[in-house]
Amino acid sequence: MIVFEKPKALADVPFHYCPGCTHGIIHRLVAEAIDELGVEGKTIGIAPVGCSVLAYNYFACDMIEASHGRAPAVATGVKRALPESVVFTYQGDGDLASIGLCETVSTAARGENITVIFINNAIYGMTGGQMAPTSLIGQVTQTSPYGRDPASQGYPIKVCELLATLDAPAYLERVTVNNVKNVRIAKRAIKKAFQNQVEGKGFSLVEVLSTCPTNWGMTPQKALEWIDEAMIPEYPLGVYRDKEA
Amino acid sequence: MADHEIVIAGFGGQGLLFAGKVLAYAGLLEGRELSWLPSYGPEMRGGTANCNVILSDTPVGSPIVQHPNVLVVMNAPSLDKYEPLVAPGGKIFVDSTLVTRKVERTDVDVFYVPATQMAADRGMHDLANMVLLGTVLRETGCVGEETIDEALRHVIPARKAHLFDANKAAIEAGKGYVSAA
Amino acid sequence: MKEKVLMKGNEAIAEAAILAGCRHYFGYPITPQTEVAAYMAKKMPKIGGTFLQAESEIAAINMVYGVASTGKPSMTSSSSPGISLKCEGISYLAGADLPALIVDVQRGGPGLGGIQPSQSDYFLATRGPGHGDFHVLVFAPASVQEMADLTGRALHLAWKYRMPAMLLADGTMGQMMEPVELPEEHEAFGTDNPWAAVGTGMKRPHNIINSLELSPERLEEKNVERFERYAEIEKNECAWEEYRMEDAEICIVSYGITARISRNAIVAARAEGIKVGMIRPITLWPFPAEPLLAAADKVDSFLCVELNMGQMKDDLELAIRCRKPVDLCYRVGGMIPTSDEVLDHIRALAEGGR
Repeated sequence: MIVFEKPKALADVPFHYCPGCTHGIIHRLVAEAIDELGVEGKTIGIAPVGCSVLAYNYFACDMIEASHGRAPAVATGVKRALPESVVFTYQGDGDLASIGLCETVSTAARGENITVIFINNAIYGMTGGQMAPTSLIGQVTQTSPYGRDPASQGYPIKVCELLATLDAPAYLERVTVNNVKNVRIAKRAIKKAFQNQVEGKGFSLVEVLSTCPTNWGMTPQKALEWIDEAMIPEYPLGVYRDKEA
Repeated sequence: MADHEIVIAGFGGQGLLFAGKVLAYAGLLEGRELSWLPSYGPEMRGGTANCNVILSDTPVGSPIVQHPNVLVVMNAPSLDKYEPLVAPGGKIFVDSTLVTRKVERTDVDVFYVPATQMAADRGMHDLANMVLLGTVLRETGCVGEETIDEALRHVIPARKAHLFDANKAAIEAGKGYVSAA
Repeated sequence: MKEKVLMKGNEAIAEAAILAGCRHYFGYPITPQTEVAAYMAKKMPKIGGTFLQAESEIAAINMVYGVASTGKPSMTSSSSPGISLKCEGISYLAGADLPALIVDVQRGGPGLGGIQPSQSDYFLATRGPGHGDFHVLVFAPASVQEMADLTGRALHLAWKYRMPAMLLADGTMGQMMEPVELPEEHEAFGTDNPWAAVGTGMKRPHNIINSLELSPERLEEKNVERFERYAEIEKNECAWEEYRMEDAEICIVSYGITARISRNAIVAARAEGIKVGMIRPITLWPFPAEPLLAAADKVDSFLCVELNMGQMKDDLELAIRCRKPVDLCYRVGGMIPTSDEVLDHIRALAEGGR
């Protein structure tokens, strides 16, 4: 009896992610959604600059690597060229909420029929732990060595809340993957974000609160707990838009 | 036929580019070589604007008219700017309602047409450009009379097609005007 | 022969791109090229194509990157300040070996500069617009007819060589109207690209569109391969026009609007008995070095006429290996030399040479 299987939409290569990083879980949830909807053959994924830039090696569907922050614009081009395809972007917080915020907001405002998976781990992981637009107040990073100070570094950007001010988005939900129950909720949300696209419902974004034990300077276990203790109070989980509901 | 190197100059909003387009289109219908070059920028309304049209029987080199042999001016600054540049023997057409001074050059032919007044008198506001065009056609023969009608039909946008007759009448008025000066 | 129509240069670009099979346009308003976008906005919805006014120049070029990833023809257009913004995206297109058309209707710079015509993006275009070692095909139209013809050519060569192509026009070319014989409609292309990201259909391993290569050995290899392709292009795709060069003692080198002005000056100078001709580059990259070097053996001097501070002069001197003196006639900032100014330069050279 098979009790555990790799989703078919994941390529058979080992991930490069740090121990305890939740990218791997989220990759798997994306792949499961693609498998369950049976859309791998017409799916095109877009991974811009960030820790997940090598995602093009991990997903078995056609993949495009994009420049920093521009994945939603690239996705717009792909979707306009191939309206029947399933297009998703997989973006980190620096990418989506800082350098690419304009593309994020504009693509959401147009209601492009794409799926955005937004990984919020409150830090720049790829470059070694600098302050992100989503870093918490007081959070110590390489570029906020005394803790993020709102007086000079401003406040965290809350993407779901921000996008919920727009008319067009079909679906916005914030989830996390720090325990089994939350993984199940995240799985349902990610699948729904893909399902929406297949059904032509429009822009869907799932924000996933994710861990970065390496750059947070924590053990993997402590990092999972920090999501509950520090991240969720700042970034409440839940559905911010669901046009169906 | 000799080349016609035409500059039509005045304020934005006077229909300078439109008048040039009518000439250019007529040139196209007659199978001539031609270019039409507008000034462009924020002077859509009110600022100074001009349009260069070259009609020729040989391929047009520069589309920028350096020494016009046909100059149409619809404001004073344009006369100041272009009068010295007109080729000797060239023709200057002045909207004398708007430009009160006289042309100083003596080696050119000058036609004073109170085009803005004439258009207003006939209830054809905004068609001073076509009145002047009528005089230009009569004096230069740069394009044939028969092609102008067809050119007008092409250049007037479909949503303004009802204005054909007024444009035509303005051209006729300009053609018939005999300068008192 | 098809009937000629009267069109602005910018409109001719748009129509020619459509006739060449382009169905996806992304742009952002900027003077003096906005007519391209306006034309596309009107026409694309009627022929099942895409017109999208992007949120920025950066987004527009990345939308082009998206369409290009699927192997379909697409384009964007802008003017100088907007092209600066697109450079990142153009570098990514080059790095991922993707075809696309970028139109630059140049205006004076640097910075916000002005809105009047210029050729001051010559370096930007010909040196690879963006970071990294690469080239884009660069075409310099000198008439509205060439705006149309070279648009189609640029699109097709971009696909042939899988690289970005740039149409480098200027404000005058964009705004002027001339009679144009529009090219024949080309059948759709870009439908069968084995490299494209269109979905695997579960029939093949996944395609990856990518410019990232973390292994320096492999990245070096890719760069070298790309330059081997460039060498092919330099051999096969140089285009230029010679005018009255048969007995010329002075050779003008000029492209775009300044080539048109120079033509008038040549006619006037010839009337004075000065033997002057012109070599007009139609492709700026690849640069037509060969005919220029050949001319260097015959003429006494060269005169570069440009709307910049002499950017092409460098390429010209390299092409002729500094065998003959090169003079420069320029205006910048949106100013354009009169044919009399060019004529004065020609006269000075003719006197100096005697």
